[in-house]
Parts: sequence; structure tokens; C-alpha cells
Amino acid sequence: MASFKPTKVQFLPKLGEKVTEDTLYWKNYKSPVQIKEFGAVTKIDFSPLAPHNYAVTASTRIHVYGLHSQEPIRSFTRFRDTAYGGSFRGDGKLLVAGSEEGLIRLFDISGRVALRQFTGHSKAVHVTSFLSDGFRVVSGSDDLTFRVWDVPSAVELSSITEHTDYIRALAPSKLNPDLFVTGSYDHTVKVFDMRSGSSVMTMQHGHPVECVLLYPSEALLVSTGGRYVKIWDLLKGGQELVSLKNHHKTVTCACLSSVGNKLLTGSLDRHVKVYNSSYKVVHNFDCDASILSMAVAPDDEVVAVGMTNGVLSVRHRKHKKDKETLTSRRRRGPSYRVFVKGKNFVPRQDDFLVSKPVKQYLRKYDKQLKSFEVSKALDTALQTWTRTSKPEVTVAVIIELNRRGTLKNALAGRNEESLTKILNFLLKHIFDPRFSRPLLTVGDIVLDLYRQVLHQSPVVERQLQRLMEVLGREAELQQELLQVLGILDTLFASLTPRKEVAALAALPVDQGPQLQAA
Amino acid sequence: MVETSDIRVVRCGGSKVNLTPPIISSDSRFVLCTSGDLVKVYSTRTEEWLHSLQGHTNQVTGITLNPANHLQVYSCSVDGTVKLWDFIDGILIKTFVIGCPLFAIYVSEKHTGVLFLHVSMATDSKNECFQLVSVHLPKSAEQEVEAKEMSAVSSHISKNPSCTAFGRGGEYIAFARHLQLNVYFFRKQKTYSFSLKATDKKGAKNAFTCIACHPTDDCIATGHEDGKIRLWRNFIHKKEYTYSTQHWHHNAVNTLCFTPEGTHLLSGGIESVLVQWQYGAGNRKEFLPRLGGSILHISASSDGQLFCTSHSDNKITVIESSFKVCGVIQGLVKGDAVLTDLMIDPRSKALVLNGKPGHLQFYSLLRDKHLYNLDIVQQEYIYEAGLDQFEVVKAAFDIKGSWLATVEERGKKSSDLEFFLKLWAFDERTQSFVLNTTITAAHTDRIISMCFSSSEETTMLVTAAEDSQFKAWCQGADADTQQDQNFWSCDFVGSYHKLNPTNCSFSADSSLLAVSFQEVITIWSPDTWEMLTTLCQPPGVIRDLCFGRLSCSKYLLGTTTKNLLCCWNLLTCELEWSTSVDVSKLQPDPFSENVAAFSYQSKHTDLFVFKPSEPRPLFTNKNVCSEKVHRAVFVPREEPLNSCDESTQWLNRSQLYFLTQNMDLLTFSTATEEDRMLSSSKQLVIDDSVAVTPFYLLLGKHRQQQQKLNTQSHPVSDKPQQTQGSVTIKELLHTPAHVLPAASVLCSMFVNSFLISNTGVQQDPLREEMDSEKEEEDSEEEMEACDSQQELRAQGSVDEVTPKLSKAQERELKRVRKTDFSWMAGLIDSKP
Repeated sequence: MASFKPTKVQFLPKLGEKVTEDTLYWKNYKSPVQIKEFGAVTKIDFSPLAPHNYAVTASTRIHVYGLHSQEPIRSFTRFRDTAYGGSFRGDGKLLVAGSEEGLIRLFDISGRVALRQFTGHSKAVHVTSFLSDGFRVVSGSDDLTFRVWDVPSAVELSSITEHTDYIRALAPSKLNPDLFVTGSYDHTVKVFDMRSGSSVMTMQHGHPVECVLLYPSEALLVSTGGRYVKIWDLLKGGQELVSLKNHHKTVTCACLSSVGNKLLTGSLDRHVKVYNSSYKVVHNFDCDASILSMAVAPDDEVVAVGMTNGVLSVRHRKHKKDKETLTSRRRRGPSYRVFVKGKNFVPRQDDFLVSKPVKQYLRKYDKQLKSFEVSKALDTALQTWTRTSKPEVTVAVIIELNRRGTLKNALAGRNEESLTKILNFLLKHIFDPRFSRPLLTVGDIVLDLYRQVLHQSPVVERQLQRLMEVLGREAELQQELLQVLGILDTLFASLTPRKEVAALAALPVDQGPQLQAA
Repeated sequence: MVETSDIRVVRCGGSKVNLTPPIISSDSRFVLCTSGDLVKVYSTRTEEWLHSLQGHTNQVTGITLNPANHLQVYSCSVDGTVKLWDFIDGILIKTFVIGCPLFAIYVSEKHTGVLFLHVSMATDSKNECFQLVSVHLPKSAEQEVEAKEMSAVSSHISKNPSCTAFGRGGEYIAFARHLQLNVYFFRKQKTYSFSLKATDKKGAKNAFTCIACHPTDDCIATGHEDGKIRLWRNFIHKKEYTYSTQHWHHNAVNTLCFTPEGTHLLSGGIESVLVQWQYGAGNRKEFLPRLGGSILHISASSDGQLFCTSHSDNKITVIESSFKVCGVIQGLVKGDAVLTDLMIDPRSKALVLNGKPGHLQFYSLLRDKHLYNLDIVQQEYIYEAGLDQFEVVKAAFDIKGSWLATVEERGKKSSDLEFFLKLWAFDERTQSFVLNTTITAAHTDRIISMCFSSSEETTMLVTAAEDSQFKAWCQGADADTQQDQNFWSCDFVGSYHKLNPTNCSFSADSSLLAVSFQEVITIWSPDTWEMLTTLCQPPGVIRDLCFGRLSCSKYLLGTTTKNLLCCWNLLTCELEWSTSVDVSKLQPDPFSENVAAFSYQSKHTDLFVFKPSEPRPLFTNKNVCSEKVHRAVFVPREEPLNSCDESTQWLNRSQLYFLTQNMDLLTFSTATEEDRMLSSSKQLVIDDSVAVTPFYLLLGKHRQQQQKLNTQSHPVSDKPQQTQGSVTIKELLHTPAHVLPAASVLCSMFVNSFLISNTGVQQDPLREEMDSEKEEEDSEEEMEACDSQQELRAQGSVDEVTPKLSKAQERELKRVRKTDFSWMAGLIDSKP
């Protein structure tokens, strides 16, 4: 005796996102830890030395957090106005930050008071950084200049004015202490060489540049601005390698993962995107607010994201060890043991094993189909949750009823309320190519059944009116698409060289199989 | 023309086991059912086919236990005889010759020595008119008895045998026909009839479909066409009869059966649900659903512990009284039509065809046993008449048997056709096919033809459909991700001038794909998907297409609807030859160059077996059967035959099975094969005339050796002596000891019987030599044939060893040695 075979829900493979190694790698983060700051988080910088503390610049203070702590282990609060761009020196002992008032302060990481103050900028300094020799600091300001300061003597070494708008991006070279890259709101990215004292390379980004980033090899340069992320090849004299447009709002920050140099970009559209080496998006983090800053700890242990609402969201990497402790703790729980008594019982060699028959669990609509309650089965399948989140289940039940020849019975004898449900479902899904075929049959049957009584209910009448409109629009669209297809076919056919001339004549220029509308 | 005498057309694959109600022996150990001209005996516990009762020469139409002896069974047949069997040992006890075709048999304990039979009325040519007759069996010791003492009980008998039943203790017999129920009382010798109206207001259809009588109570249960069951009571008084109606079945009740105690009534119909009604408790019932095909018959064992249901899908289910299925006896399922081709599973060598609705069945031809069903559709089958459900219409195996492609279809009548293309991978662990890919909209119209590429390395599926396209499907290699996937996707879409394709076929090495579009055959290269050439031989649409094999692989064969069989040479792209034959099926043998063509002409089918390269057919058989043949398949043999006869050579490596329109599976069997089967069956039969003692075993071995020697060298010379010897032994072993003469007398006789064989072996050498020489002369021609055959086989497969060659060489050497070289001596002498 065969058992009841449940309704087959047609499974259609999802297009687009495919599970790759990258997705698995980037999915392997715990849920984020939220830390509330006093204002928008504009800059996050990880210390290059272990234990990789990170400095978070927000509002008038800079907090230094430990990798796993949620409380700041140190904070620098002596700012009169908003602080900007706090970043570590290469040895992780000094920290430099600009501010709204134009002062640049240099802190010892263990001290509290500023070691040096560099004065000279007339407007807010948004970006500051050490050059890679560690003795000089470069800063970019809204007064269109950037200046280089000597740390020991606290004097200004040079001041260059080449940009014509605010400077908001800066990236010093790690290999050459005299090189750094700046990006400005004048849509340009410039590479400066301190030895010549002027820019050696200029690239047109096309949008106000928000962030620049050098690859470790320093052959590639990333600039973000507007909705675009552009990769430049510096060795080819600043040729644009690729231009990415994956965000739908301004891309504010970019950083590189230390494992495999994957590019991450954050944007005001609240997404962080991860790209693979061929610059395809492999993963996507969602955040609650627009992203202003982002940093990845060495070894990708932590992804920290700063947002406009002052929330710092920190994601820690999952480790196998954590998982084990989690599961083992769960296994030790007492309630579980109560329910599976004798689970660990191992049968002896001469024991005769009687296996328990596996009970077949059926869904509710299957149970009703099994007992031939067709109307009830359709009602179950049309329940709000199923209807909205799993329309394929509803359609599968409709197909099954149609196959059994009982769809008409199931649709008959309904009141206004349940009929509205069905019509709403039709309105939503009838032009979905996966569902249109069975749903058109449903529409036909509903019209057949209720033609006499339709005028009694204005609600149903209105819905049918809408259904007609929707179908009319869909039919027009189909026709247009077919026309485009015909045009394309002609174009392709004329492009490909053909041996037979006769075949050209038989090409489908305008075939118009009309969609059967209502 | 070639002789056809040693090739016979043989029916195979079993026959219907569901024609008559199966019966359970009184000890519940055996189930008996009719199957063609046999009665088969199955075990209820193991479902194993134990043996069959052979003897009838035509369809057996009814069996029933002998009420006088529960180890005996009566069977009646269309050949006009009733036979009495001992079904445990399979021995025919008696044959009663009635003389006219019999269609059903009934017995009752009260009427010993009387059989009640359905006979068709001789006067009426229509089959509709049947008569119930009682036959008194003459008491006689003879094996074959003529029983002519017939008396008609009634002539108002339905064709359906389940419309007749004996009432309580055999006091009356009830039979129904159309809308009339008749009860014949034996004591009163009177028939009462009760009739119903054809329809009432509610549209009920009241025609009787089956009948059952309560074993201890005066109650008759009748089933009706609209699914109602009526329980008739008080019919002894004609005027005051009453009936109560119960209704559960939504379609005709096929069968009714009371349990032996009469506590329950069992009913079954097309819904395939066994319903158990509690007798006298109104509407209380139990169900056993989803048993298989629609239930045709139900029978209960005499102790009420077991029930048997027989189903329309050629199946018998054994059910315990606790409503648990405990055994299934499955025959070859032959539906209304086999939509798929006959196929051979390359792994199990089983025949694969449509089975249960929505399933493919795997049937072992060698053991004549149903192996398993593969559920293709995977949907709940609704047993309802006239419902359009998914059916498997196409199936194909790849050459290794690791992939199976199926097409299921629904909506032949209505305009919207639904179909799915499914690909199944063979799972080594579970040893069955597992669904790999379902393609929902493979084409926009019906798939007409489907084939796998036959190369070992890459598997590719080609489907041709009515939407004037053919598509190639490949596993893995998606262009987007460049990763190996294990599911199938479309690789190429081809079409030719918007013509509808009719057939597609791969060449033996799958370097070429031939797709026929109406009248035109296009040849494609599957590597580059380039159209290489087109072939055309108007008029007529191409019906069948196949490539030649082995040495004939340069030929392409095609048949057209305008009765042409064409053969193209692919090297020159020209028509090699064509003949005018109406070929309904063209089937190439995968193991040789041979091609079988079935042609239907003037109401009978002829078979031609030919090689594409030779003008003369290898084998012709006129009038194979009277119906059209649409499906055929070559089945590889387990071990090749060594027949050297020209007419049977084509059957050496594989066997041809074909299916007629009447769903009869037929095959060709050769004389050598039959001999072999006969000998094997003889070996199996134990000679139980002699008790198995150590002494017998010793003697038996000795006797076997003797027999072997006899058959090998001199069958004529010592045959009488041999029989004499065996008689002596028999005499010695079977005669009671007290009547035997003294042992000393017997001993000399006994020892003599041993000596005979020795003289048989020891012959005078002169005679032996003569014989062997004669033998050699005989075998010379044979050897040549043998050699040629071996060459053929060497072409076919490399791994085959040829031990016979050495033997032939040995003989050659012997002859050389025997030749007189004395003349040489003379030459040598004369030289110096």
C-alpha cells in the first residue's frame, strides 16, 4: 500500500545570488554589536599592532576600543569642536586627528593631553595621516590646501594648493614616505610626491571624491565618490581599470580585507558590499543607517562600521571554537535529556532491532486534500501568511486541484470575503510568468461561476475591473516585447554571415501571438 | 526463402493474473490464480511463484476449490474442459470434457458432484447471451471423462461472472443481469425475479454489477453501477422482499464478498479502496486505500484470516484480516497502451515500459518477474474515471544506464498541454534512480522524440518537439558561473525552416546526429552544432530513423509514411537503396549490424531482418501476428547461442521482443534454445520414484555418467541394455523384501547391470576410428560455418576467447598425421 503523496510545490531556482566560498566567508560573522557614540562616526582606524585596538572618531571625541571590548579603553575628549580623521601611526603609539576649527592634534596613545598641536589651516581639517616614515603628518583641509608637518618640531614643512574644492580623502603610500594620494570635491584624485612638491598624477573621478584607498602593492588605487567606485591602475599612468556602480547612494568609504585583498565599500544607502577579485559583488551587509566610515581589522577579525546616527556597529568573526561551546552547552541542557530518553543507548550485538515506522507528516492542505476536502484545502492555501510569503504553495494547491478536476468545486459557493481574497491573489500574481497559467484558469472559472451575481457586490466588481486593467497592460507589454524581440532578431540575423539567403526571408519580424487576456 | 520451422513466435511476459478471482487454499498457504492457459500457484507468505498447473489449451476462465476435497481445485477453460487438480503437487487428476467454451465455474457444498458453469449459447453468435448450466460429473476412474449430462438453470445470465453467487448453504443461486435480479431455489425449482428501474429522479444508474450472498443468513448483497450497495432480504416470499441501500463508492462497485462467518462485507471498485462493511451495523465501515489499480475481485480464505484483491494493473494483493497488506503478487503491467518505447535497462537488463499510472516498471524477462516500479510523476493518483492525469509518454536510457530521461504529459484532450522533462541519475547506494533535474517548459509543444548520445564520455540528450525545434541538453557547464553543476541545462537549440521534427537519432559513435524534419533528414555534428548535410527522399514524412552499427555504420536507414524504406550512404550522401515496404517499426540490434523491420500488410505483420549492406534479408517471417507492431526491442542474451544455422544466427547475441496492439509481448525462440530450456527444466525435476538414500545417490551418479556417455558416443548400441539395467535397479529397490528371491540370485543380475557400462566404453579401436572419421567429414562443413561465425563474433567483441579453434587445429593436426606420406618416400628415393 502506497502512502499519500503530498502536493509537489514547484521549486524554481533563484537567479542571481549563488553560494560561493566568498559568501560563506563573509557570512561567517556574528550578529553585530552596537555601540552608541555621541555623534556621527566619521572615521574608524585600526591600530596596526596587536592587539589591534581601534580609534573611533565621532563628534568631539575619539574613543579607542579594544578588539573585544564594548567600553572605550581610552578616550580623547579635549576637542572644542568636532574632531575628524583620527588615525594611528605605523607603530600604533601615536594618534593624529584634525578638527572643525582647523587645529591638528597629536596624541600619545597612553597619554591624555595632546603632545603637539599644528596650527595653520584656516578651515576644518577632515583628513589627517602620518606619512610612512612616521615623522611627518599630512593633513587636508576645507581651505583647499594640504600641509605636511614635521612631528618633532611641529613646524609646517610645506603647503600645497592644487585642489579647487574641499579635500575629503587622503591615503599615504606605505612603501614610499614621500608619496600620498588625495581626493577632493573638485572631482579629481591627485598623487603627490613631496620630493617634487607638486602633483605627479591627476585622475578625473567625475564625482566629488569621498574616499581614496591604495592597494598594498600600490599599483591600484580605489576612489569612491558619487555612486561610483573606480579602480585606477597607477602603473599605467592612472588609467581607469574599472568603474563600479553597485550602490544607489553616495559611496562614502572603502577598505580592503587583509585576507585576499577583497574590496569593501560602504555607502549612504546603508549597505556594505564586498567585491571579489574580479569586482563582482559577492556579499552584502545591511546596516540600520547611512554608513560614513568603515574599517576591517587585520585577519578580518572585526568589521567595524560607523553610521550617521552615531551608532558604531561591530561584527566579530565566528570561530569554530565558539560554535562548539555553544552546541555543547545546549546538549547539556536538562530538558533536552528528558525528551530523548535512551538516545545514547547502543544496542548490543545480539539485540533484535525493531525500527519505528516513520510517520508521514502532512501539511494542513495535504491532509485536507487527502480527505478530498477541496474547498477547505484551497482556504488553507489562501491563508494570509501562505498567500503573501509563499505564493508558490498556493499556486501548487491550485494546480493540484485543477489536476484532480475539482478546482471548480473548490471555487464555487464562496462569499464576498473569500472571493476578494482569491481576486487579490490573482491581482498580485497573475502576470508572474511562473503562476500565470494556472491563475488564468482560476480567473476564467471565477468569471464563469459568479457571472450572475457579480453586480451584487461592488467590491468584487471593482477588483474585476482592476484585474481587467492589469491584464490589458500586461498584454500590451507582451506585444511590445515581442516587437523588440523581432527587431533584435532582424539585427542579429543581418549581422551574422549566412550561407543561405533564403533563410533570411523566413525570419520572424513581427509575430504577435497575443496573450489571452480574460 | 529461409526455413522458419525452427524459429517460433512465443508469447512471454506472463498473462493476466487478474482475470478471475484468486482463491486461497483452506490452509491459507497458497494463492491460486489463472494466468493465460495456466493456473499459477503462489505462496501467500513469500509471494513466490511455486508452480503452475499446465494442461489447458486455451484461456482458463475460472477456478474453484473442490468442496469435497480441499486439496483439489476445479478449473474451467474456453477449450471446453473442466480439470480437477491436486494443486499442492501440481498433478492433474481428472479431465471432464464438456464440449463447449466455458466462462465461469461455481460449486456448492450441497451439490456434490455437480458443477455450475457459464456457457455461451450456441445458437446466438453474439457473446452477450450466456447460460448457466449444471453438469453432473460422472463417477469413473478414468483420467478423461466426457460429461454431457447438462441441464440449464437459467439463460438470463450476465457476461460478468461476478454476477452469480450461491446462497446460504447452496439452497438457492442468485444471478443478476442488467436491471434484474433472479433467485433460483433448488428445492422449489422456481426462479423469483426482482427488477429495478433503470434510473430514478436523482440520476442513479441501477444496473447490477456484482452479487454476493451471505453464508448463513438469507441476504443478498448487490453492487450497482452508480456505486450503491443493496442488501436484499426476505426474498423467499416474492412479494414481501425488502432491500436497504448503502452508498460509499462513487463509481461502479466491481466486486462484493462476504467473509466466511458473514460478519463483514467487503467491496471494491475503481477507487482502489477496499471497504469493509460491518454486517448488520448499518454504515460502519473500514477502509484500506491506495492498493494499486482499481479492484476487480475480492476473495476471502475459508478461515477468514486472509483476503485477496486482484487489481486492474495485473496485481494480486494479499491482505490480513486486520487490514494490513502482507503480500503483493505483481505481473507484467499492461495498461491500455504502452506509450513509451520498449526499453532495456542497461544495468539490470530488465525490460522497461509503462507500468502503473505514472510509473515505469522494470520487468525481468529472464525470470519472468516484476522487479520494481519507478515513480515518475510523484503525484497522488486519483482513481476516477475520465480524469486526465499525468502519464509517462517518453523515456530513454543512456548507454551505461546511469541516466534516465522521462517525459510526462497531461492534457491530451484539452487544449492546454502540460508536460515535464525529468532526468534521473542512478544512485549506486540505493540501486535505483533518483530525480536530478525537472525541466518545466522544455519546449513550447509536445515532445515527439528523445534520444541520448551513445558515447561513453559525455552524455547528451536531444529532444525534438512539435514547436519545430530540437534541443540538446547537457549536464553541468553553466556559462554564468563556470562551475560544474550536476543538473542539466540546455546546450543548443536547432531548427530547420520551421518544419516540425519527427524523429532524432544518434549514430553509434555519436559523432553524428540525424534529425528528420517532415520529409528532410538533417545531419548535425554534436561537437560544433553545425548542420553537415540534408538528405531527402520524397514523398512521405520520415517515420523512423536509425543508424547502422559496426560494419554498417556508414548507412542511415529511414522509413517514410509513403511506404518506403530507404538506406543512405553517409560517405557519399547518396541513396544506396530503397524498397517499397510499409514499415511500422524499425529496430536496430545494438550488438550486430542487423536491423529488424516490422511491416503491416493486409491484416498481418511480417518481419524482415536484414543488414543494411546486403541486399538479401537474413530472415523473413511472414505473418508473425495479426496486429500491427509498434514497439520492439532487442534484448541482449545472458550467454550467446552458438547456432550456426543461417536463419537463426541473428538471434545468437540478442533476442527480439515485440509488443502487438493487443498488448501481447511476443518473442522469437529458436530450436536450440528450447532444447536448452527443456533440458534445464528436466534437470530441475527430481525423479521421486526412487527414495533418496545414500545407496540411490551412489547409483544415481553412476547412472548419470552412463547417460552422458551414451549421449556422447553411441546412443544406439546400448540403449536396450541400459533400460534393462535401470529396470533391474528399480526392481531391486521397489519390490518388497519378502517377495524378493535370495540375494545371491539378485547379486549376479545386479553386478551385471554394472558391467554393461564398461562394455559400452570399451570398444574395439577400429570402430572408433571409423566413427571419428565419419564425424570429421560431417563436421567439416559445420566447422567452416563455425569459423565464419567466430570471425563475426570477434568483430563484435574483443574479449571473447575462442577455445574451439585450438580443437579444430588439433583435429587438423591429427588428420595430417594420419595422412599417408609414403609417396614422398618414393620421391626422396628417386632424387639422388
